[in-house]
Amino acid sequence: MAIAVWQVAIAGSRGLVPGPVAVVMAIGELARSGLLIRYIVASLFRVTWGYSMAVLVALPAGVFLGSSRRAEAALHPLMQWLRPISPLAWIPLAILWFGVGDLSAMFLIFMASLLPLTLATTRAVHEVDPVVLRAARNFGLPTRRLIPSVILPAILPQLVISMRISLGIAWLVVVAAEMIAVNSGLGFLIVDARNAGNRYDLVIAGMVLIGVIGLILDGMMRSLTRLDLIRWSTLDPNR
Amino acid sequence: MKVSFRDLTMRFGELDVLRDISLDVAEGEFVCILGPSGCGKSTLLNIAGGFLSPTEGSVTIDGEKVSGPDRRRIFVFQERGVFPWLSVEQNIGFGLFDVDPQERQRRIDHYVKLVGLSGFERAYPRELSGGMKQRVEVARALAVNPDVLYLDEPFGALDSITRLQMRSELLRIWQAERKTILFVTHDIEESVQLADRIVVMSARPGRIQTIVPVALPHPRDLSSPGYISIRDSIFGEIGLAHRV
Repeated sequence: MAIAVWQVAIAGSRGLVPGPVAVVMAIGELARSGLLIRYIVASLFRVTWGYSMAVLVALPAGVFLGSSRRAEAALHPLMQWLRPISPLAWIPLAILWFGVGDLSAMFLIFMASLLPLTLATTRAVHEVDPVVLRAARNFGLPTRRLIPSVILPAILPQLVISMRISLGIAWLVVVAAEMIAVNSGLGFLIVDARNAGNRYDLVIAGMVLIGVIGLILDGMMRSLTRLDLIRWSTLDPNR
Repeated sequence: MKVSFRDLTMRFGELDVLRDISLDVAEGEFVCILGPSGCGKSTLLNIAGGFLSPTEGSVTIDGEKVSGPDRRRIFVFQERGVFPWLSVEQNIGFGLFDVDPQERQRRIDHYVKLVGLSGFERAYPRELSGGMKQRVEVARALAVNPDVLYLDEPFGALDSITRLQMRSELLRIWQAERKTILFVTHDIEESVQLADRIVVMSARPGRIQTIVPVALPHPRDLSSPGYISIRDSIFGEIGLAHRV
C-alpha cells in the first residue's frame, strides 16, 4: 500500500525522488555486480566486531561497577559526561588513531555500544533484589561463585534487552562510520552513489537495505529473549 | 541454651531500635517474637542471623558468638527469597553446592516430598502460587540441615486460608525435624497457634514486655478455652480491647 502511494506520488515530483520500481532495479543492479553481498558483508563484519568487543568490555565493566560502590562513585561522573556526546564526535580521533579504514569504523561502533551497555549492566546489578544476595550469603556461597551463580542469572533478562537496544545503536552508527572512514559497505554505498553521478535510486536502495537488515538483526536479538535461561523473567520481552 | 541474647541494644544513628534484650531459647524450641510494626523484631532476627551487628551486647549460639551469616542457621524470608531463575529442585539444592551429586539428589527428593511439592520439581517459581514458593524456601532451608531456622513473617504475603495451611505444615515439619525456630510475627493468633513461648515486644525502642508460655499440645484446638484465654491475655498485654 505504502509502496503504491510512493509510486504514484513520484509521478508528480519531477525526478527529485526515485520510485520503488527504480529502487528495485537498482538493487538488482547491485546484486548482479556482486556489490550487494560485498557491501552487506562489509557492514555486518564491522558491526559484529565493534559490537562484540563492546559487549566483551561492557559486561565485566558493568558487573564490576555495579558491585563496587567505590569504583562506581569514581567513574560515574566521567560516564555521565561522555554519555551525551554522539559517537560520531569520535570520528576525528578515530581517524587519527586508526587511520581511514575498517578499524576506525569498528572503533566508532565500539564506542557507540560501550557506554549504554556498561551503564545498563551497572544498573541491572544495582537492581538485583538484596534478599536474593542475602540468601546466597546465608547459604555460604563462596564469593567467587556469587557472580556466575547469582548476579549473572539475575541480570540476564535485563541484559538481553539492553543488548538488543545497543545493537540497534551500533547499526545506526555503522552507516555514518562508513560514510566517512571506508570505501565499502551500505553507508559507503549511499555517499558514493550521490557523489558519483547523483544516483538517487542507489541512495534509496541503500536506505532500504539498511532498514531491512536492521529489522533482521533486531528480530534475532528478540529471539534471544525467548531463551530458556530467561524464561523465568517477568520483564516483557516485546517492550 | 541454644540461642542466647545478652543485654542486646541496637541503635541506628539517633534511633533507638532495641534496648536491653536478654532471651534464652532452648534447643528444639519454637519461639514466636510478637510485636507491632516497627518494634525492632525483624532487626532482632537479623542480628541473630548475623546480618547486622548489635550496638551493644551479643548473641551466642551453643556458646559461640554470632559474627556473620552461617549455613547452620538459615533465614527464611517472604517468598520472594527464592531464586526465580532456578527450578524448584535447583532452588532446594542451592545450599548443597559442595555436597556430592548423589547425596544432593537424595536430599532434594526428600525435601520436595516433605513440603508436598512432588510433581513440581522442574517448575519455575513464577509458575507457582505464593504458598508453594514459600514451601520451596522452607525446603531449601531444611535441605542444608541447619540447627536453627529464622522466619521473618514468612506467611505475611499469603491469603488467610493458605496461611492457616502453611502453619500446620510448618508445625508438622518442625515436629519431624526438631529444629530450633525463631519466628517473627505481628499476628497474635499466629503466635498462639505455633509457639512454645511467645516473646511479646513493646513499641520502639523494642524491649521484651513479657514472655507467655503456651503449654497447649499440638494440634491446637482454636476454640478451646485454653487457647482463647492465652490469646486474650496477649490482646490485653498489648493493650487492645478484643473488639472490632
